[in-house]
Amino acid sequence: MAMEMTSLSRRGILKMAAGALVVRFALGQSSSDASKPLNPADVDSFIAVHADGSVTIYTSKVDVGTGLATAYRQTAAEELGIPVERFTVIEGDTALTPDHGGTGGSSGIPRGAADIRRAAATARQALLDLGAKQLNQPATQLTITGGDVIHSNGQRVTVASLVAGKRLGVKVNASAPLKNPSTYTIVGKPILRADVPGKCTAKHPWLQDHTLPGMLHGRVVRPPAVGAKLLSVDENSIRALPGVRVIRIESFLGVVAKDEWAAVRAAKEIKATWSDSQVLPGSKDLSHWVRQAPVDRDQALANRGDFNGALSSAAKQLTATYYWPFQSHASLSPSCAVADAKESGTTIWSAAQNPYGLRANLARVFGIPLDKMRVVYLDGSGSYGTNGADDAAADALLLSRAVGQPVRVQWMRQDEHGWDPKGPAQLHELRGGLDANGNISAWETQMWIPDGPQGSRALLGPESAGMSQTHGQGAGLMTLNLDPPYPVPNLRVVSHHLKDTPLRLSNLRAPGKIANIFAVESFADELAAAAGMDPVAFRLRGLTDPRAVEVLKRASGMMDWQTRPSPNPYAAEGNVLVGRGMAYVRYKQAENYVALGITVAVNKATGKIAVRRVVCAHDCGLVVNPDGLRNQVEGNILQTLSRTLHEEVTFDKARVTSVDWASYPLLSFPEVPAVQVALIDRPEQPSYGAGEASSAPVAAALANAIFDATGVRLRTVPFTAERVKAAFAKA
Amino acid sequence: MPQYKFRVNGGPVTVDSWDPEQPLLYVLRNTLALHGAKFGCGLGQCGACTVLVDGKAVRSCVTPIKQLAGRSVTTLEGLGTPEKPSALQAAFIAEQAAQCGYCTNGMIMSASAVLTQTPHPTVEQVKQGLAGNLCRCGTHTRILSAVMRAAKV
Repeated sequence: MAMEMTSLSRRGILKMAAGALVVRFALGQSSSDASKPLNPADVDSFIAVHADGSVTIYTSKVDVGTGLATAYRQTAAEELGIPVERFTVIEGDTALTPDHGGTGGSSGIPRGAADIRRAAATARQALLDLGAKQLNQPATQLTITGGDVIHSNGQRVTVASLVAGKRLGVKVNASAPLKNPSTYTIVGKPILRADVPGKCTAKHPWLQDHTLPGMLHGRVVRPPAVGAKLLSVDENSIRALPGVRVIRIESFLGVVAKDEWAAVRAAKEIKATWSDSQVLPGSKDLSHWVRQAPVDRDQALANRGDFNGALSSAAKQLTATYYWPFQSHASLSPSCAVADAKESGTTIWSAAQNPYGLRANLARVFGIPLDKMRVVYLDGSGSYGTNGADDAAADALLLSRAVGQPVRVQWMRQDEHGWDPKGPAQLHELRGGLDANGNISAWETQMWIPDGPQGSRALLGPESAGMSQTHGQGAGLMTLNLDPPYPVPNLRVVSHHLKDTPLRLSNLRAPGKIANIFAVESFADELAAAAGMDPVAFRLRGLTDPRAVEVLKRASGMMDWQTRPSPNPYAAEGNVLVGRGMAYVRYKQAENYVALGITVAVNKATGKIAVRRVVCAHDCGLVVNPDGLRNQVEGNILQTLSRTLHEEVTFDKARVTSVDWASYPLLSFPEVPAVQVALIDRPEQPSYGAGEASSAPVAAALANAIFDATGVRLRTVPFTAERVKAAFAKA
Repeated sequence: MPQYKFRVNGGPVTVDSWDPEQPLLYVLRNTLALHGAKFGCGLGQCGACTVLVDGKAVRSCVTPIKQLAGRSVTTLEGLGTPEKPSALQAAFIAEQAAQCGYCTNGMIMSASAVLTQTPHPTVEQVKQGLAGNLCRCGTHTRILSAVMRAAKV
């Protein structure tokens, strides 16, 4: 077996202080001459044990601040019996990492870690076989502990010396014996993240900091209106700025300069004339547009019993309409990319969540063979789905190809807010009936949602440059959790997918489910109130799954839930009204169990909502890293409070108008409530992801709390002070 | 080209800038290769670019280089290293007060200014002190815990 491990040192591994591993490679080297195995069927594609005893994990999935890399280190260390400190992770490099999927949909743990675990379990068997030969003992009598293969008679040998710079050369065995979770010593522990010290001391290797010799800074001048064509450019308008080159390809207008500030100023000051374009419906009254726009297809998601019959014979009937607006990923860093386009091969450094997907799309659109393009992931800011990262990569590539030098592009704030593909608006109409005993006898959910063709999303730069590409509008799994988690004998659930969307769509954290649960769990609360029942008791009455019952009981216990119907008869407290609300979700109808309670104070005069406290009981099966999990759950909660209280993408007929943090505000520190999370660990159960689930019940719990406090039901997000006051005025 | 003399992290620097209006952020990142401060908005709205100028937290993305002559700038690099972090950096690490970490520079620099002014703040005071710093990941409660931990040291 050849000494392929040296292929890594050829690229020069720089060990960073934070324990992160950065692989540099010779400029212009294409991916085709990389000798690192990439086939996900091979153990060596995922795991390399080095001569110094360190271990590298290779994965196409990326850690966008979720702690995923730490969970992978723990998973592999546990199966291999090698100390977790020796592990580093290389993420999302199409020349080095196997393609086992992109990052998203909270799949990094349930699918990604499962792949790593199987590879590590197979590697353990291979190492035991090597140890058996070395120690002249049967493999069945050997174990791996602390990085050594050990026999009970005291014989031992290090795994590093067994591998000795060679590959293991074995296929991933789907039935390789896995360690019993009851024996775990690393999985389940709050192992610290390797990237945090570097991020706190300016030593972390960020994408935004990546520089190459001869690199230019680029900026793109986006049109003043969606669909506007570039008519003319006055290059004299920026003649005073040093070393700026203007790149125009049809309606694509970019500038590059050695000096970043010169590029920034050039993009801002260049005089260009654009055609008039007024193709958007405008965001004012968009809910009406969503309800009336042409529908491409209806999807029947559930249909049992006789909904119409049951509703007409119900003792009580309720209808309600809920609306969720377009929202932005609103990443703290505007999207960034570095591209180096050469004859010998093109390399893109990007923070995109799916490096292989990005490579495939760029290769197709730019007509570059796959083996002549390498995409390397570097950490950007949190992305929460597909933000502008793919588009920024295309911008950088267009500019690098045009000037024949490496180009770094970082969008400006208005580019990210204005042009990142958005999470779609959703409109829900619900109808329900209660029988004489207050049981739900009939339930109907209808959802209307902007949509479009399947396929890859069109990239902004290539679109302006007139390049041929697909125009997909995938936004993720938007239709899950549209049906109630409670037993309903007569149920109808339908989604209406519009032909078109005013703004480009993409997956935004927990796609669709936050709005769906907002509608479904608000409506369940409305039914509970109509039945005169306590909201938690109303929910518990319908739930039989013990894991569902446990999260609801834990969450209500954490907030000393008083059993009574809403609204709160004792809501008045000084000049505010206080109340509490609960929401429950079985995420994606098959994964995490989450119950989330909120206490709120509402100022009737100002309309201001103060969230005082959030409690969350969270069951995602096996917990890999409780601290990382807690961090994700807290983040889900606070980010979704932000989305619920403040966030709405606004646009006129021409363009997005919410293009900074004043017009698209986020939750601020003074608004941050106390957050208390209870993790329910079930080592015997499969581990679901946790990057999304606890965001799903937040908006409903808040709406329910506001109703409890005030008797007023908010059904349109965001819950701005103006909207609260308007709701009071109507009530 | 005009030159500007000031101090960065304790040492004197002289930098050229063709434009007196060039924000300090670009000078730090591109001329001095100090990458702690981050570009977030260029509008002074998010705080990712925060540095200390004469001990006060300022937004380097909207601070023209011409205003820096004779001043003393401290960046995240100037507080400590992974091996020898400052008390505040150590508290952020201990609390794992980061998700993506892009806002972390601004959080630590702004909190540093808060603690200089108010060494033993209440949580409410820290919240007010960080009111102009945005975190998109929702790491707020950990950031607050980290600042309160550092205040106890």
